[in-house]
Amino acid sequence: MANGSSRPLSPHLQVYRFQWTMALSITHRITGVGLTIGTLLITWWLVAAAAGPDAFATAQGFIGSWFGMLLMFGWTWALFFHLANGIRHLVWDAGYAFELQNAERGAYIVAIASIVLTLLAWIIGLIAW
Amino acid sequence: MSTHNRNTLRTPLALARGLGSAKHGTDHWWHQRLTALALIPLTLWFVIAVIIHLGADYVEMVEWLRSPYSAAMMILFVAVGFHHAAAGMQVVLEDYVHNEFAKIASIIVTKFVLYALAAICIVSVLKLTFGV
Repeated sequence: MANGSSRPLSPHLQVYRFQWTMALSITHRITGVGLTIGTLLITWWLVAAAAGPDAFATAQGFIGSWFGMLLMFGWTWALFFHLANGIRHLVWDAGYAFELQNAERGAYIVAIASIVLTLLAWIIGLIAW
Repeated sequence: MSTHNRNTLRTPLALARGLGSAKHGTDHWWHQRLTALALIPLTLWFVIAVIIHLGADYVEMVEWLRSPYSAAMMILFVAVGFHHAAAGMQVVLEDYVHNEFAKIASIIVTKFVLYALAAICIVSVLKLTFGV
């Protein structure tokens, strides 16, 4: 054995058949890290609001730029995905939906809900803007 | 007879306390879930509030943000959210950074930065609320 013992090793990603549940698992982590980086923008935004109209206009200008909008769209989806999948995790923590069929059904619900909520938020947002 | 499991070397007291070798037991796990639960309504409030104020100018934005309810909700969102981020980042770093020094250093830096950012956000909101 590679680790010099007879202890079992978990299957390596390269020999692991693709499953939606594992795709959502790693996406939950990636969106979590992405949202953590987003704390920088929230901080900038709140500091700018507290600093005055000029600083706030600069922050709003960045958010309103094409690059800012792209980031906002990504963060909107990451937020809804992490929120929906987080609720899925809390359901597991309560002891429900562990059966393979339900775990996969949850994965589809989370994936679709994150896309629908993102589009809904942006459609309402663009109308309200 | 004793109900003590003879397959373990741990004392009955250690089993009852259930805190494990790190002496923190399920604290980290529990706090991650507690903050996750609190973030469900807080995140929905944040998203809806941002959408409602998309067209607002500076004066309107500050009027909204400095009101007691908005300020309290924003402080809760930032405090709970950044704490949740720190807890999650710790787990990610523990899993993927294998060099012990780099692992500990990255966890410390991440936590310091996130709590500093949270403090900056909260002070900003309080400055708007109490106005200087």
